[in-house]
Amino acid sequence: MKQLMLGNKAVARGFYEAGCCIVSSYPGTPSTEITEEAVKYDEIYCEWAPNEKVALEAAHGASLGGRRAACCMKHVGLNVAADPLFSISYIGTDTGLVILVADDPGMHSSQNEQDSRHYAIAAKVPMLEPADSQEACDYTKEAFVLSEQFHTPVIVRMVMRICHSQSVVDTCERVVPPQREYIKDQSRVMLPAQARKAHVRVEQRTKDLVEFAETSPLNRVDEGHDHSMGFITSSTCYQYVKELFGDTYPVLKIGMCNPLPVKKFQDFAAAVDRVIVVEELDPILENHCRMLGIPVEGKSLFPMVGEFSQSLIASCLGMEPKTTQAIADPIPPRPPVMCAGCPHRGMFYTLKKNNCMVYGDIGCYTLGSFAPLNAMDLNVCMGASLSGMHGFNKARGPEYEHKTVGVIGDSTFVHSGMTGLADIVYNNSASTVIILDNSITGMTGHQQNPTTGYNIKGDPAAKIDLEALCRAMGVRRVRVVDPYDLKATDAAVKEELAADEPSVIISRRPCALLKNVRHQTPVRVNTEKCIGCKACMQIGCPAIAVHDKKARVDTTLCVGCDVCRQMCRFGALERPDGRDA
Amino acid sequence: MNQPVRNIMIVGVGGQGSLLASKLLGHLLLKKGFDVKVSEVHGMSQRGGSVVTYVRFGEKVFSPIIDQGEADLIVSFELLEAARWLPYLKEGGQIVTNTQMIDPMPVITGAAQYPEHLEAKIAEKARIDALDCLELACRAGSAKAVNIVLMGRLSRYFDFPEEDWLESIEACVPARFVDLNKAAFSLGRNHTPA
Repeated sequence: MKQLMLGNKAVARGFYEAGCCIVSSYPGTPSTEITEEAVKYDEIYCEWAPNEKVALEAAHGASLGGRRAACCMKHVGLNVAADPLFSISYIGTDTGLVILVADDPGMHSSQNEQDSRHYAIAAKVPMLEPADSQEACDYTKEAFVLSEQFHTPVIVRMVMRICHSQSVVDTCERVVPPQREYIKDQSRVMLPAQARKAHVRVEQRTKDLVEFAETSPLNRVDEGHDHSMGFITSSTCYQYVKELFGDTYPVLKIGMCNPLPVKKFQDFAAAVDRVIVVEELDPILENHCRMLGIPVEGKSLFPMVGEFSQSLIASCLGMEPKTTQAIADPIPPRPPVMCAGCPHRGMFYTLKKNNCMVYGDIGCYTLGSFAPLNAMDLNVCMGASLSGMHGFNKARGPEYEHKTVGVIGDSTFVHSGMTGLADIVYNNSASTVIILDNSITGMTGHQQNPTTGYNIKGDPAAKIDLEALCRAMGVRRVRVVDPYDLKATDAAVKEELAADEPSVIISRRPCALLKNVRHQTPVRVNTEKCIGCKACMQIGCPAIAVHDKKARVDTTLCVGCDVCRQMCRFGALERPDGRDA
Repeated sequence: MNQPVRNIMIVGVGGQGSLLASKLLGHLLLKKGFDVKVSEVHGMSQRGGSVVTYVRFGEKVFSPIIDQGEADLIVSFELLEAARWLPYLKEGGQIVTNTQMIDPMPVITGAAQYPEHLEAKIAEKARIDALDCLELACRAGSAKAVNIVLMGRLSRYFDFPEEDWLESIEACVPARFVDLNKAAFSLGRNHTPA
């Protein structure tokens, strides 16, 4: 049946059709919807793991247990999962193991734009690159077949544009291979003596895969009638090249980008006058050509940075740009903002007010770095807020220990913040940790995690008690505060910063967008009392604006969190229901 | 059929419901036998940022995105967003827009100005069909139906019979909201500006 499907949904469909039984993932844009779609199939066991390393290890264990298994992550998640990846490549697999990684050229929702193709080369595992939703489904299935045929984990690399584009998919039935017997085999014990033999097997495997790549339809030539140019390309760039040139020039479309064939490249290059390689980010295909001595143009024409498009390729090739029109006025930007009623707002306002050095982390709360709050000094990667703050405090001593905080979300804390807290406690810095507990993984669109009490299906699950956990790790000063209460939040921050030992503040209030969170009546402006001082604007709430020297509340956005009311010294912000704090 | 590929952009502010609009459009166009690609924005920009969805259809569609100067139609949920994406409109293209104005954070903080007389300024550059979709949506029964009011308006620029659109609403919207959304669609399609 033909359906319009998001690339991510098509991968999940591929899992289903391939008879995949177990999926373990950690959410991350643009990969999140794959696992969210997979869990809709009752036949597939799905879970949110605490982080990508755990997810890959769990998926590998499942494949060892004889069931086809997969795990999904965004590109930076593969950094976290890199450790098991390299060893699993050596150990190999008998039952299909597929790793789905989603890159983000253009950094629509990411802190860097690393090119995951390097991981396939470094870990010596095959990597497939679909160019639309149909291929996302087909290549995912093919990845399981290759995994079993060559005894290797296989990576499927998507990019944001494939993940989040819908195109037509023709679906098939699910076929489940019988569960494989588990047989003890100590060649899987990666001690040096075994690992040396394993490395030899891996090198032979790569040679076998190159042979496969020479003839596999994954790498194909689309014929063209004009041989003055030929394009070598893959993924979404293939679509842009075809959009521009249709079947004018021959195109070598690479569906398996590691390992790459040799003769196929040489034959293609020999048949055209000028070879042009079009690839986003790093010159992987281009460098392969150069290694083979094929003269090509690639990064001499196209950027290393950002997402491509048909126009970008056209302009790099010297073609005329399309005519456009625009109005003369400058258009103010519209950056993403913390939602009205966001529980992080009260905490970030407090941190700004106390002039704190804020070591940030990855999540919705990174939006606290934007004006007018500007309450974040830096962020690095998942978990780095706590370990980074610890090192910073060791370098700068007590003066900064009393003004520096690390802020980290509940999900991020479990992902990789706990080890940072262990460093703080064990190696004793008087660091102040703030866990922004909004009871959900927010930025990626509300996924459950080990602190929420629910699993991926929304069924009740064991819940990690953050207070007890922090105490068990040796933190004596652990306190919980409601960030909607500015006075209490300010007191908590001041007292814990002043302490000469490690402390944890759990800033607890569920995300205002959660379905089970009841909203209060919107705040009303008493225009007689409002003097237009704009004090309420300091919290950066999208529901408040000042027009004609009076505050105005957008009642479609306001959830009645009351943070703005605590900013007003004139009592001009009122509750229509008369409930007064 | 061998028709050229047609390009529609749906632009607005994160959280306004553009994903349902593109879902509806995708469903309809696929049913009409076209090859279709829809490219969406998920993640960070959904938090009140400027969002864009590309819908392309024709006999065979390659690229999932629309570039500057390529859109046949821009459907906008908000006036400033219509102006922001205007450079993506083809010469002779059409803008269908909600007249609602939502201040972005730089305007709220006073760091930037919301341009004045935007509708007239856009009209100097392109054909524009502007209507108060929020008012019409509320009349249909929910402020959230702005997206379907806009789809109703957009339907005037297609030759498809109205039943096909209504069928797609039935297929894409939860049953209890179908009547409300059909009413919103009809208000958008038939509204005559005063």
